[in-house]
Amino acid sequence: MVHYLIGNLGHLMIILSLVTAFVSFIAYFKAVQMKNLTWERYANWSYYFHVLSLIGVLIVLFLIINKHYFEYHYAWNYSSKYLPIYYQISSFWNGQEGSFLLWMFWNAMLGLVLIKTNKFWKSSVMAVMTFTQFCLTTLILGVVIFDLKIGSSPFLLLRDVVQDSVFVVNPEFIPEDGNGLNPLLQNYWMVIHPPTLFLGFASTVVPFAYAVAGLWMGKFKEWIRPALPWAQFAAMILGIGILMGAYWAYETLNFGGYWNWDPVENAIYIPWLTLIAGIHTMIAYKKNENALKAALILVLVTYLLILYSTFLTRSGVLGETSVHSFTDLGLSGQLLLFLVLFLLGCIMLLVSVWKKIPSTDKEISVYSREFWIFMGATVLCLMAFQVVIPTSIPVYNEVLGIFGIMSNLAPPADPAQFYSKFQLWFAVGIALLSGTGQFFWWRQMNFRTFKTEIQRPLMISLIVSTIIFVLAEVREVPYMVLLTASIYSITANCAILLRLKRTNMKLSGGSIAHIGVGLMLIGILFSSGYSKILSKNNTGLLYSNEFPDEINLNNLLLFLNEPREMGDYSLVYKGIRKKTLDLGYVDANLLTETDNPLLLQATEDIYIDSELRISKGDQVQITNNENSYFEVLYKKDNGDQFVLYPRVQLNNQMGTVYSPDIKRTFTADMYTHVRTFPDPAQETDWGEIQEYQVAVGDDFFINDYVATFKKMERIEQIEGVSLRENDVAVKAFIEIQGEYQNYMATPIYLIKDQMAGKIPMIVYDLAAQITIESIDPEEDTFTFGVRRSQKDWIIMEAVEKPFINLLWIGTLLLCFGFFIAILRRYEEFMTFRNKGLES
Amino acid sequence: MKKSHIIGILVIAMAMGIILITAGDASSYVTFDEAKRRESDGDRSKIHVVGKLKKANSDEVIDIIPSDDQLSFTFVMLDESGAEQKVFHPNPIPQDFDRSEQVVVVGSYQKGLFIADKILLKCPSKYQEEEIKI
Repeated sequence: MVHYLIGNLGHLMIILSLVTAFVSFIAYFKAVQMKNLTWERYANWSYYFHVLSLIGVLIVLFLIINKHYFEYHYAWNYSSKYLPIYYQISSFWNGQEGSFLLWMFWNAMLGLVLIKTNKFWKSSVMAVMTFTQFCLTTLILGVVIFDLKIGSSPFLLLRDVVQDSVFVVNPEFIPEDGNGLNPLLQNYWMVIHPPTLFLGFASTVVPFAYAVAGLWMGKFKEWIRPALPWAQFAAMILGIGILMGAYWAYETLNFGGYWNWDPVENAIYIPWLTLIAGIHTMIAYKKNENALKAALILVLVTYLLILYSTFLTRSGVLGETSVHSFTDLGLSGQLLLFLVLFLLGCIMLLVSVWKKIPSTDKEISVYSREFWIFMGATVLCLMAFQVVIPTSIPVYNEVLGIFGIMSNLAPPADPAQFYSKFQLWFAVGIALLSGTGQFFWWRQMNFRTFKTEIQRPLMISLIVSTIIFVLAEVREVPYMVLLTASIYSITANCAILLRLKRTNMKLSGGSIAHIGVGLMLIGILFSSGYSKILSKNNTGLLYSNEFPDEINLNNLLLFLNEPREMGDYSLVYKGIRKKTLDLGYVDANLLTETDNPLLLQATEDIYIDSELRISKGDQVQITNNENSYFEVLYKKDNGDQFVLYPRVQLNNQMGTVYSPDIKRTFTADMYTHVRTFPDPAQETDWGEIQEYQVAVGDDFFINDYVATFKKMERIEQIEGVSLRENDVAVKAFIEIQGEYQNYMATPIYLIKDQMAGKIPMIVYDLAAQITIESIDPEEDTFTFGVRRSQKDWIIMEAVEKPFINLLWIGTLLLCFGFFIAILRRYEEFMTFRNKGLES
Repeated sequence: MKKSHIIGILVIAMAMGIILITAGDASSYVTFDEAKRRESDGDRSKIHVVGKLKKANSDEVIDIIPSDDQLSFTFVMLDESGAEQKVFHPNPIPQDFDRSEQVVVVGSYQKGLFIADKILLKCPSKYQEEEIKI
């Protein structure tokens, strides 16, 4: 039965939240204009209703997914029956509509906090907030007025989205199961990364709202104090969100890194940079009024860039240039409209008050902290500018297309190399400025004091860098420069930190964040610059003479149980495994499917560490039957060894997805992923039969392995065959000595209803199929038939990434620095607010 | 001249430089004929070619040939103008390669053969939901 009620309820609540958002916007607007507390109270109540109905929408959508109402397109398209609850949560934001909802949810929560913490700014800031909320809500409205589609509702019935003949026959048809969650998103990071990133997205609206409110009310300076902790909060959360995304990509995708310069990644990196630039100018405004205009512009631009990135990733304009843009929902017009609306609004607002914004003609001194902050912000902006120009290439093509000009511009063919050649030098600039700027931060400086201050950190960093050059064999000049600059930044900021330890640790946010940046840069430098493909093909065999020599084959072919040398390692592929809930990795050939996709049954006794853990016929629990793991043993000459389990997921809808496995040590990560393996759907091609006539106790060869015919037994029962009185069944026991273990093959010969039957035994590890072909009772011998196939194999790539941990540690430190800074600035805001000095 | 003016001019100069270098480094979507012409002109920059895999009349993809060791392969691609070209890719055949409805290769000609450093696939199943399994 189709559940109509719940969807209608959801849609009703969307409409309710749209109306309440609009009502609160109008009421807050009135409250500002008329300076009237009644309007404000009215607006607050309307806002609370908005939040409630929005939460209602979220609950309804989640229930539809959780209760598997596959008559709804959203549940059908993004979830399935056996999806664990935490992945049901990820299904929620798998689709565009759900991710908009997530964004709106955070917006709504932030609004509640703002109402709670503000007095003077409440109405004006909330007017801006509710307006953005109104715009966002229209995106999930899903109403068509005169052929004009406004928004896309998450509560559409499947039959309204997918045209299928089944609905003509039976409109009430409900599919048995859903499409399931995109396998790439079935990762714990995808449960927490999107909410974090969207919280970051959402919180950029707060400084924006303060800036707009400041311009609107003529409080050109005063908006900064309350906005600053929020800007820092947004930067921190966005930073963590980006880090999680990078880590997810590193762990799950198989492009071999954490950052791909994909437009979707860039789209969030750009506003993050401008936001950080904005924070720096917001800090500098007290001493230098010119910083004020810069702060205003940067905060406004950051939010516009957030809207622009939403437009890029969700309008379909990126087309084939990005691997992970969303499905085009036909919202591009609406998204563009918002972007233009906000852009024009900001420009008009700025122009109307530009003359009134205080500024100064006074030239700033090189020995003032503001000078260094300005320089830092400038470099950050250039960094963002450099990324936004090429990322927008698909947009240029579209725009030129409108004017009838065919443009065939494509993004740079090697993005990593292209972006790095700019970003590296900007990073050098950032490192030098963040190191040097800190000295001016805490003390009045002149040339002489500056010289004495800078001497020691400069000396230390030069010495440390030289040692690293020698030890890590850094030879490339750009890398040497970046490394030295980063170490200089770390030492200089450490020196400041030590001084602050004696005075006031509350002020240490800046230096801790800058130390984090220095570590990040070193981590990026080593893990990317010195990332080494270990699996380079060194067989010396050229594929074909017609190909140029410079083509590198980066992958390695491994046959089952056949060791191959790779650098310092000896590698052995040991077979396909299933990951069980309680017993870890178990040989996939010993397990068979049951009716429940989350349970597998053992076809043999299974030994783990030579201990019987699963008896034949027992069932084991797994988390996902689509996943299989390739066991690869890494051995070093000195006896060190470890095992990696790169994964493959075979998903009906999305095809085959590979994920790497990583061996982590402090100095380097060993990153391994499988590129391809024999298609499991393909029938095994068993070759010609070879016959061996042997007696009990004889040795013979099976696929080049020594085999011994141990014994034979008459058996009374065979699984799946009912034996009658006159039937005879015989089982032979053949022990085969493999490279790593012995196998017992037990083929069966039976005579049933006077017909001979052969039940073969397959030893997968040895790629051999063994049958009893005939029995010669007079000579007391058996004739075994042996068929061979190609051994199981994988093609894999192994990459070593040195010091990638510094990147993760550095990012965390950066965010921790922001956290300390937020506390300090928020405290400052509260003190002033409680004194009634908000404006 | 004031310091801030000098800095301003420097920033503008850098921004212009970024735009110019980006324009120079940007790749382009071209046909195989155009790519061949560029190679003979000595232009070794990498380009994008959009197209489809060659199919037999039975709608089956043909002419995908893996190397003996499976580590690389060649295939035949038709660009948007319909021109046929043998393409070499130094990696194993991606899964679902033959199911893709559109292929973008990024690379360049070398000795008359198109070497694709990167292959982007658009698979029909990935983003669209068309059929309902009962």
